[in-house]
Order: sequence, then C-alpha cells, then structure tokens
Amino acid sequence: MIRSELIQKIADENPHLYQRDVEKIVNTIFDEITRAMAGGDRVELRGFGAFSVKKRDQRTGRNPRTGEAVDVDEKYVPFFKTGKLLRDRLNGK
Amino acid sequence: MAEKTLTRMDLAEAVHNEVGLSRNDSATLVEAVLRHISDALVAGETVKISSFGTFSVRDKAARIGRNPKTGEEVPIHPRRVLTFRSSHLMKDRVASGNK
Repeated sequence: MIRSELIQKIADENPHLYQRDVEKIVNTIFDEITRAMAGGDRVELRGFGAFSVKKRDQRTGRNPRTGEAVDVDEKYVPFFKTGKLLRDRLNGK
Repeated sequence: MAEKTLTRMDLAEAVHNEVGLSRNDSATLVEAVLRHISDALVAGETVKISSFGTFSVRDKAARIGRNPKTGEEVPIHPRRVLTFRSSHLMKDRVASGNK
C-alpha cells in the first residue's frame, strides 16, 4: 500500500469530505510525526507503535572500498518500535 | 532529548488546526489512518509512505534463545515482525533538527 492508496481508502470511507481535504489530513498526520521527531520528541501511538529518536555516538568508521579510517560524527536517527497489539495481530493473536 | 511525548490527541489537534474538522472527527480520522496501515501490514502488505518511510513485515525463523538471567534455553517460535525504514527525507530532518 502506498500513500495515495491510503488516501483513497480514507476518502472512500468519508464521502462527505473533499478528496483534497483527505490528502491534507493524511499528509498532516505524517508531517506532524516527522516534525515532532525533528524536535527530539517522541510520538506514542498505543496499540500501533512509538516513533522516537535515538542517538548514535561518534565513532571511527572505515571506507569499505579503501579501508581508510574516517571519523563519523554523533548523529540522531529515527526509530520505530511496534506496539504490543499490532505485534500480536501480526502473529494471529 | 525527548522533551515530550505526543499522542493520538496531538495528531488529531494538528488535523483539527490544519483542516478545520472538529476535534472528534479529526481523532476518528487519525484512528482510521492507523487502522488502514495496521490492516495492510497484518495482511502481509508493505506500506510505503513517500517522504516518510516504509513499514514492512518480515518472517523470523525459529531459534533457540536463552534466558539471560538463568542461562536456561528457551525455544523462540517463528514469528512475524514489523520493521520501519525511514525515508532519507525523514532521516535528514531528524538529523538536522537534533544537532
């Protein structure tokens, strides 16, 4: 399923809404999650999962082609942990 | 880091502010989005949201685990797990926002 198919499903269920508003709604939800994480915040959606930001420490990496050592700065990366209910549903519980 | 935690309510509030739907309808729509994503994943589909990320389901084989406290061997049954791969756009925004 891709973004446009998700939008279509929501639009089909909500015939009273304009398609462009449904697009705006779906985009707002994803943008808000990204915006929160960019600000270092966590987004916890019970039953679905939680989006958070994890710190990766500074380390010495290696250029895999040349074997040369390169310093990699500390950085922050997005992380998603599946919620219990969804994890159970994936396994037919 | 992690100054605060947003919930469904905050996402509904964003929808309410952006589109002008009632808070109640906004909350219902947030729930509908999560439900459709979950249902697709449970059906084994990959969910790809451009410029956000990709949720995919992977099958894990059975293996022998160990209780780290007691050292006791326990069988881990085959299971399906969900992985999320963030898009480059999200990675960039999270990296530059948290510098």
